[in-house]
Amino acid sequence: MDALNLFLKAAFVENMVLAYFLGMCSYLAVSKTIKTAFGLGLAVIFVLGITMPINWLINEYLLSDTGIFGQDLTFLRFILFIAVIASMVQLVEMVIEKFSPSLYNSLGIFLPLITVNCAILGGSLFMVSREYNFGDSVAFGMGSGFGWFLAIIAIAAIREKIKYSNVPPALRGLGMAFIITGLMGMAFMSLMGIDLGV
Amino acid sequence: MAETAVQEKEPLFGKKERKLLTDPLDSNNPVTVQVLGICSALAVTTLTFKALVMSVAVVFVCGFAALITSLLRNLIPGQVRMIVQLVIIAGLVTIVELTLKAASYPVYKDLSVFIGLIITNCIVMGRLEAFSLANKPWRSFLDGIGNGLGYGLILIIIAVIREIFGKGTLMAGSPWGGINIIGANNATTSYWINTAAESGIGTWFSWYANNGLMVLPASSMFIIGVIIWVQRSWNKDLVDIS
Repeated sequence: MDALNLFLKAAFVENMVLAYFLGMCSYLAVSKTIKTAFGLGLAVIFVLGITMPINWLINEYLLSDTGIFGQDLTFLRFILFIAVIASMVQLVEMVIEKFSPSLYNSLGIFLPLITVNCAILGGSLFMVSREYNFGDSVAFGMGSGFGWFLAIIAIAAIREKIKYSNVPPALRGLGMAFIITGLMGMAFMSLMGIDLGV
Repeated sequence: MAETAVQEKEPLFGKKERKLLTDPLDSNNPVTVQVLGICSALAVTTLTFKALVMSVAVVFVCGFAALITSLLRNLIPGQVRMIVQLVIIAGLVTIVELTLKAASYPVYKDLSVFIGLIITNCIVMGRLEAFSLANKPWRSFLDGIGNGLGYGLILIIIAVIREIFGKGTLMAGSPWGGINIIGANNATTSYWINTAAESGIGTWFSWYANNGLMVLPASSMFIIGVIIWVQRSWNKDLVDIS
């Protein structure tokens, strides 16, 4: 039950994009149409869900002073975490290329750029600083991936509609996307304070 | 200015070099024009001091990552360049993190993951890809510093607005103590040293109640949206046509 609560908390209450503003670059860049946003969202769920437990295992069994080396190697954390993420993204890229070439083409450059999506590395670092256990890390990874997915679908839908509105020229595009994100963040805040017991 | 001193084929600090430093401050700003590096930035802008520390860290990482990458640019094979760049950045970020941990533990605790997230800060990666891989070390270094400064400028503007209106203070949490600008005395957490409580500034505007919205992360989105609006109103070239 704890894992489910953590999933809901990561997805809604502490949404990666709307509460911490992580992963904003691709969030703003790929949210022009719902179709590509959907594909990228799924890829992020997958990468977050996989890398989080792997990084947990690395942190626990390789880097901590109770691990197999018996030494505190936490200064290597950044380099190892980013290497895991980069290789997972490579894997996702190959899988998508094989099973859905059309999605692969529409995502283009943004697929490899998941590597530098702050939400992924941020999730792993949050997991370390909050001292989650293995089950928690799986739930937290899936939950924050799902939250990111929700957020990018929502803003893509709004941006598709706002094309028909008369926005001041200087605010068109990027400026408006920022303000919409702020408003969405405030909307998500209404979920704050819900105590799920984790 | 300085180009008279070293006027050979390539002046050490000529017009082009100066442009590398100043362009990212306005017309090619990494945050408001290139849309890079928003990720790790906005969570640290609740206090000016935090934003300042973060900016210094990014300037350092950006500058030296550009320098190192540029020095190695002829040795790095094309296919693995991303990994090489990440390793360079991660190494520099680790240096920053350990230094900060040793210098000021409370600040380190406060910034925690966000220092680590400089690794995935798209500015650093973006400038390495776009500039350092094709340019000489000194220029890449200037470009890195310039972009770091452009990022820091936006960060500090946002942080000053948020801190004054959200908390009524300026530079709270810094080692030399913050001051109370508007509203009643706002010192709350343990390591805030509020020195200006009796300086009189605070009492002039003591009717001011802190605006809770400005403390929320959402407010940084509004502020940056307005900054983009203002910048594009006077610099028409940047307006988004699509």
